[in-house]
Amino acid sequence: MGRFTEYSVIGRTLPTEATPEPKLYRMRIFAPNEVVAKSRYWYYLRQLKKAKKANGEIVAINVIHEKKPLKVKNFAIWLRYDSRSGTHNMVKEFRALSRAEAVEAMYQDMAARHRARFRSVQILRVAEIEKKEDIRRPYIKQLLEPGLKFPLPHRRTKSKAWYAANRPVSFSFIVF
Amino acid sequence: MTTTTATSERLQSTFKRFVEVGRVVLVNDGPSAGNLAVIVEIIDHNRALIDGPTTSVPRQSFPYRNLILTPYTIASLPRGAGNGAVKKAFEKAGVLEKWQSSGWAKKLAARKQRKNASDFDRFQIQLAKKSRREEVRKAYVKEKKASA
Repeated sequence: MGRFTEYSVIGRTLPTEATPEPKLYRMRIFAPNEVVAKSRYWYYLRQLKKAKKANGEIVAINVIHEKKPLKVKNFAIWLRYDSRSGTHNMVKEFRALSRAEAVEAMYQDMAARHRARFRSVQILRVAEIEKKEDIRRPYIKQLLEPGLKFPLPHRRTKSKAWYAANRPVSFSFIVF
Repeated sequence: MTTTTATSERLQSTFKRFVEVGRVVLVNDGPSAGNLAVIVEIIDHNRALIDGPTTSVPRQSFPYRNLILTPYTIASLPRGAGNGAVKKAFEKAGVLEKWQSSGWAKKLAARKQRKNASDFDRFQIQLAKKSRREEVRKAYVKEKKASA
């Protein structure tokens, strides 16, 4: 799955004589495009309510933009995924500039660590962690330490030319 | 990572340049390649939020892979400082002047100039080099005669 966008999808079942004004359901969906977003909407809705695409309609679909896209935030993502042997719940934390970016990182992480594909992951909740004390995972905690600094010990300098006269040195004590 | 600072001090680390808030970096890729920027905030182990208000580098997340750490830092730059604050601190630290007078920047500028030289420019360089060689040769012969 490509770059993610956050969509707000609103839909309902088609009005009938028994229910002339059916209830509207709104969902925040992370998807690479509108088509996938609408598809995911029906996927979740039919699990939660007695509704399906065949007798329902999408009322509105809008992109939710990040309010502060240049502020670094800590996000927690609650998710549920199907592994090869069962279903698991999980809370993961990410440091990103936007919710969509955090979700993208989550899908990459789930694919890498658990071999879980997009279809087997369900996002339950995405929330920004406002307070530093509420962060649970040590891999995010270590990035919030005051006065954090670290070197870049293993650098690969790329030759701009097609052929390099010298073999590249990736580890240098002096320069970096 | 908790003990990084402590260990590096104890072991007299050979590393001189660190990824840290206030570190001046050289952007090495993308539309603002070749410009200086400042690390405003560390996002994670792969990227940082950089900003270069005086060097026309927009505030953005950038991977360390495409950044080169310079020896300059802006001390006491708070984490996540705003655009205006970064601009002020950058100008106050006089990083740009230091950079422009450094051999590194001069080498990059010379390389760029050489790359953009036209055929005629190269021809002129050839003539200039020829005349320089001629001058050197003349001086050498003169000196040789005088000492003989």
